[in-house]
Amino acid sequence: MSILVFAEHDNSILKAETLKTVAAAQAIGGDITLLVAGHNCQSVVDAASKVNGVSKVLVADNTAYAHQLAENVSLLVLELASDYEHIIATALTTGKNFMPRVAALLDVTQISDIIAVESSDTFVRPIYAGNAIATVQSLDSKKVITVRATGFDAVATDGNADIVTLDIATDANISAHVSDELTVSERPDLGAAGVVISGGRGMQNGDNFKLLEGIADKLGAAIGASRAAVDAGFVPNDMQVGQTGKIVAPDLYIAVGISGAIQHLAGMKDSKVIVAINKDPEAPIFQVADYGIVADLFDALPELESKL
Amino acid sequence: MKVLVPIKRVIDYNVKVRVKPDNSNVDLANVKMAINPFCEIAVEEAVRLKEAGTVTEVIAVSIGNKSCQEQLRTALALGADRAIQIETDENLDSLNIAKLLQKIVEEEQPQLVILGKQAIDSDNNQTGQMLAALTGMPQGTFASMVKVDGDKVHVTREVDDGLQTIALNLPAIVTTDLRLNEPRYASLPNIMKAKRKPLMVKAAADFGLDLAPRTKLVKVTPPATRQAGIIVETIDELVDKLKNEAKVIS
Ligand SMILES: Cc1cc2nc3c(=O)[nH]c(=O)nc-3n(C[C@H](O)[C@H](O)[C@@H](O)COP(=O)(O)OP(=O)(O)OC[C@H]3O[C@@H](n4cnc5c(N)ncnc54)[C@H](O)[C@@H]3O)c2cc1C
Ligand SMILES: Cc1cc2nc3c(=O)[nH]c(=O)nc-3n(C[C@H](O)[C@H](O)[C@H](O)COP(=O)(O)OP(=O)(O)OC[C@H]3O[C@@H](n4cnc5c(N)ncnc54)[C@H](O)[C@@H]3O)c2cc1C
Repeated sequence: MSILVFAEHDNSILKAETLKTVAAAQAIGGDITLLVAGHNCQSVVDAASKVNGVSKVLVADNTAYAHQLAENVSLLVLELASDYEHIIATALTTGKNFMPRVAALLDVTQISDIIAVESSDTFVRPIYAGNAIATVQSLDSKKVITVRATGFDAVATDGNADIVTLDIATDANISAHVSDELTVSERPDLGAAGVVISGGRGMQNGDNFKLLEGIADKLGAAIGASRAAVDAGFVPNDMQVGQTGKIVAPDLYIAVGISGAIQHLAGMKDSKVIVAINKDPEAPIFQVADYGIVADLFDALPELESKL
Repeated sequence: MKVLVPIKRVIDYNVKVRVKPDNSNVDLANVKMAINPFCEIAVEEAVRLKEAGTVTEVIAVSIGNKSCQEQLRTALALGADRAIQIETDENLDSLNIAKLLQKIVEEEQPQLVILGKQAIDSDNNQTGQMLAALTGMPQGTFASMVKVDGDKVHVTREVDDGLQTIALNLPAIVTTDLRLNEPRYASLPNIMKAKRKPLMVKAAADFGLDLAPRTKLVKVTPPATRQAGIIVETIDELVDKLKNEAKVIS
């Protein structure tokens, strides 16, 4: 069997989640090709060629793919599709955007957000905010799949795959990139960090997130947030952890001033160790926390920072 | 211009679903159902475009059995002008939902189709993108801002690294994210008025589509449960536990 895996990147860095998606491809079993679609993305190609388990890296470096517009990338994948039984991408915003488009163009449905592989056509995926786990068999001849990276362990990066440059430029000419407003941060990516500290409505405003920063610096942590904190404008949207935000599973997750709604739990309850800091002893977050402390966060956070 | 808003009837977001003892599916008997929250945001956006004079008609469509008429009435109470129910007892795969919606797009010729980014029950996040592919339209997924500008629509999207703005040729597909708007509550007079707005019923079987299932649900199981841990009294104790018991910090 042949498997095409889409590499997630920003034209300069190959996202760590791709290493986990390749692990999912290995669990399916077959010859794995990694596709790098972008523009001026040589550093990504170099990184991709080192991913273990990958036999070939296909490179589509063209202005049409600079911003990975769904309309253009889906046409590219469609051109390549006949060589593969499985087409796989990470369930991050790029993959979630263009992959269902690929599926529909191929007249197949998609199996979204898988966390385990049962066999080459049967996959496990969380539904209902992770309150049920479905095992789904695809009846389509071609499988189009997105992978929840937290379900798989990253492959190593000491491989040496062949690099093949594609001479394809599929521009649908129906969409255009206008601008980006990206969040710049020195901290690790939420999806890749070993420690995540998140603030909720209890933080009261964006300024108070500084209280988390000192701790994050000491622990090398990424900073996340609940939907309530994002909706209130304390922090940007890309920090939202949960059912409809980012899914994380770090070694340590610290929830501060977060009540623990099912939609938030859906994004973090697979973390190895969970700590909750909340002044309400009845807050549901304590039901999933390994260590809870009933305290006012404005007292607890400065003390925690000083004692780390 | 017309806007089409596909809406899905789902479990109320406050309800924690239970798995049936025979692991065949989740148990939805006597569970509170509601319009999918992202679809509610989609209806609100369409109605605001109408109130702003950009849009002339808002059509809500839902695929499901008779009970989804309840959610269509909600959409009408929120300001949609008319509704279409595509009747089926099957739990259709996303691709088949998209194929049925494509038929409605062909009939109604909307300039904009606004869907939710994800249904909070099956959490697929794919129907809008599939409809875009089938109709050949561009797509602005996970929208936090939508601005119609002549023959284009500008969509600001919530992406992993922040926000991205793209320009799409109309007609186009938009899927909503949480920050697009805050849906209104339906007023009592509008709920009453909604009862008299047109709701057309069509049978899924009458569209001449092959709607054979593309997936088979093998089983549904409860997730692994986490044991609640302990409450520590002091920060010193917490730091000690993290260092020496959990060994997650050094
Ligand atoms: C346990 C289980 C597992 C499933 N697994 C899969 C699977 O792996 N692959 C698959 O293709 N299908 C699967 N299905 C079927 C599918 O999830 C839904 O039944 C179907 O309604 C498609 O919607 P969605 O939830 O996928 O929509 P999403 O793509 O998550 O929803 C996006 C938007 O599409 C619109 N929409 C969705 N459904 C409707 C509708 N019925 N009427 C009008 N608008 C609608 C709404 O605007 C919604 O906000 C599964 C169903 C179950 C119960
Ligand atoms: C469609 C949909 C999708 C959603 N998706 C997500 C998602 O992806 N992620 C997400 O997080 N939510 C999501 N939600 C929202 C979710 O339902 C909750 O509303 C949200 O998670 C609540 O955020 P919170 O815990 O910060 O706020 P609250 O529930 O208001 O909790 C605040 C907590 O802070 C505590 N607190 C207050 N002051 C202090 C203090 N001084 N010291 C210590 N503790 C204090 C309080 O005791 C309380 O427990 C979604 C909802 C819907 C409908």
